[in-house]
Amino acid sequence: MSKEPAAPPFTPPDAPPALELRGIDKRFGAVHANRAITFAVAAGSIHGLIGENGAGKSTLMNIVYGFHRADAGEIRVQGRAVEIGSPQEAIAAGIGMVHQHFMLVENFTVLENVVLGVEGGALLAGGLAAARAELGRLARDYGLEVPLDAVVSELSVGLQQRVEILKALYRGAEVLILDEPTAVLTPHEANQLFTMLRALRAQGKAVILVTHKLREIMAVTDRVTVMKQGAVVAEVATRETSPRGLAEHMVGRAVLLQVEKRPARPGAVLLTVKALEVQDRLGVVRLKNVSFALRAGEIVGIAGVAGNGQSELLEVLAGTRAASRGEISFGGRDLVREQLDPRARRAFGLAHVPEDRLRMGVVAGFSAADNAMLGYHDAARFNRGGLRDEAAILAACAAKMAEFDVRPSRPELRLAAFSGGNQQKLVLAREIDADPAVLLIGQPTRGVDIGAIEFIHKRLIALRDAGKAMLLVSVELDEILALADRILVMNGGEIIGELSRADATEEKIGLMMAGVRAEVSA
Amino acid sequence: METYTLIVLLMAATIRMATPLLLAAMAGLFSERSGVIDLGLEGKMLGAAFAAAAVSATTGSVWLGLGAGILTAVALALVIGYACITHRGNQVVAGMAVTIMVVGLGPTLGLAWFNLGGQTPQLDGAGQRFTSLVWPWAETAREMPLPGLLYAELLSGQNLLVYFAAALVPFSAWIFYRTRFGLRLRAVGENPHAVDTAGISVNGLRYQAVIISGVLCGFAGTYLSTAASSGFVRDMTAGKGYLALAALIFGKWKPWPTLGACLLFAFTDALATRLQGVALPVVGVVPVQFILALPYVLTVLLLAGFVGQAVAPKAIGVPYSK
Repeated sequence: MSKEPAAPPFTPPDAPPALELRGIDKRFGAVHANRAITFAVAAGSIHGLIGENGAGKSTLMNIVYGFHRADAGEIRVQGRAVEIGSPQEAIAAGIGMVHQHFMLVENFTVLENVVLGVEGGALLAGGLAAARAELGRLARDYGLEVPLDAVVSELSVGLQQRVEILKALYRGAEVLILDEPTAVLTPHEANQLFTMLRALRAQGKAVILVTHKLREIMAVTDRVTVMKQGAVVAEVATRETSPRGLAEHMVGRAVLLQVEKRPARPGAVLLTVKALEVQDRLGVVRLKNVSFALRAGEIVGIAGVAGNGQSELLEVLAGTRAASRGEISFGGRDLVREQLDPRARRAFGLAHVPEDRLRMGVVAGFSAADNAMLGYHDAARFNRGGLRDEAAILAACAAKMAEFDVRPSRPELRLAAFSGGNQQKLVLAREIDADPAVLLIGQPTRGVDIGAIEFIHKRLIALRDAGKAMLLVSVELDEILALADRILVMNGGEIIGELSRADATEEKIGLMMAGVRAEVSA
Repeated sequence: METYTLIVLLMAATIRMATPLLLAAMAGLFSERSGVIDLGLEGKMLGAAFAAAAVSATTGSVWLGLGAGILTAVALALVIGYACITHRGNQVVAGMAVTIMVVGLGPTLGLAWFNLGGQTPQLDGAGQRFTSLVWPWAETAREMPLPGLLYAELLSGQNLLVYFAAALVPFSAWIFYRTRFGLRLRAVGENPHAVDTAGISVNGLRYQAVIISGVLCGFAGTYLSTAASSGFVRDMTAGKGYLALAALIFGKWKPWPTLGACLLFAFTDALATRLQGVALPVVGVVPVQFILALPYVLTVLLLAGFVGQAVAPKAIGVPYSK
């Protein structure tokens, strides 16, 4: 869709960059999402784009892919200025994008998904045949083997991602943008993806990897651009930097990537789970034969690819989902048999920080103060004469905000006005405030920036040292490795293996996440 | 032989009753496959029935009536489209609103224009109705018992709109599964985001689908007032739009199974008409109300129990926003 021919002021000695952004600027109302962003990606290279949530990475990539239009600035592809006002124009300019949430029609075959939008004629038969031949060639060139007639919903997540990459290549993409591509992959699948990206690089494609994981940037990129608050704060060659240096650029100060902790000193068993089983409404077994014990003063991490039963485990322990079989012993009671509701469980000292904060943890339209007592609103300290004690509620929230460094520290403000990290700190403060014996924590740092992650991790370890028992569910393997003293790996609703922190390596956990059982040690 | 004649006549009645259901269900199929719930079927059909009868009565041409019916239904479809697609309104509310509006508007306009208590004038002039087309040799064939009667009563003797409805099923199936438009339509009802990122306009596709639904509702309404009867009467759709929607769900949003569902519903309807006043074995004469309720009871039972997990288009009812 280039309307003007390439007319650079001078002819560069080498080839022009595959993609070049010059002074891209974008505002959404009062938010300055992108400030004069300039960077270039060479053909045959992998370029990392890193930054915290809200740094403007997604906005920038959405501008490049035509979802948003920049207020100012220029996009150049292979040295030619292009106007990109829609995904169609981006595709025509040779830009392809693999979105974090796959853009696939799940009940279509792989082939149908690939040709959608480029069917090559009003009737399908011819286009499908041509696509089949072309995809065969792509599969050979890049090692991208996918069963073309399989229905997408029956493929693994890794294969679905491969379909997305094929879609972009089939449309002739020379620049491939991948947005947080490893969020849903096992470590093994992520490594396969990196191998694929290197193959693409070898064929002269330009790859942009958008991520917040420092490890991936170090593993696979050639150059890296760091964004913060809508602006580029650094651009460096990957081999000349380190994870620590990148984190400093992202946050603007030195950050501890790995919180220090002493070895755990586990005490008495507080919670025992025996042969727990959960079926969903359709009768599908989501959790089978899960047994473990949780001791005072330890953090047990549950690792696994999202959707392998971790969520169900948390919910059934917290009481928001019913178990179909098994036993949960806590404080001398069987929670399954007695069918205690979440509120009763909280009262007995079993607190829960839910995985999906906005859906289950808070009411975003309520004030911070109300959210800070949600679920504990019956407590005597928040009530006086049958009515809310406003002063006490505000004071309690202000105290929590001070202790957990929640900003801005304004209890009357709507919760939605706070960043994800500050919301999460408030939820954590609320649950810890009740002084529970056992804390169930789901995704404590999802959507939370690096600075706040450091704070939350420190608090959790302090709680452990104070003798609390914690069950931690996280899809971030790094987080599990940083916090957990013992690691249980889940696959297909089962606990497939257990590792002590000392034994745990990313490779071992990764294999178990993929369903490979650990050999029984003698 | 008596039974045989009865069965053939029952089948003929089934076809006549299935036609408006099938036209409406195919209309709904296009709309719902694109992700727009089509609760306005009833209203669009009723509006078309009124417009077709009114124009046919004034101009004396049923073809102009058909044109008016289609235009009216498309206009109503665009109202729903504008509310639901452009402004991302609630699709159930928009469809119901249009239906409620037409239920009142038709008789009101009828009263103002024709002064016949909300009806349109009787269509009895030449060319004011779609009449049965008698195929060659039909009368001769009627004398031959087996294939002859079938030929005379089922193949021959239907009006044009019946043949159109019958041809619509394989044609829709071909559109959905063999053409680019069909692929995109199925995709937009499942995952509009995938369609958008593929560089295709989600709203454009949905408007096309909604307009097609309007056109087909135009045929369905015209059939009711100018083919199945001779003029518009108040509430003449009598829930056929909702029944068509039920057939669509029972047919799992696929053309051929939807045809089957329409035929089944129409058959119970035809049977109910036949059974009125007939003494049945064991129970004797059943009150007519029970017989007339049969198709609806069947609908409820089928939808509640026998369809199993009806897999709706995944994005149905969800307004698209990026």
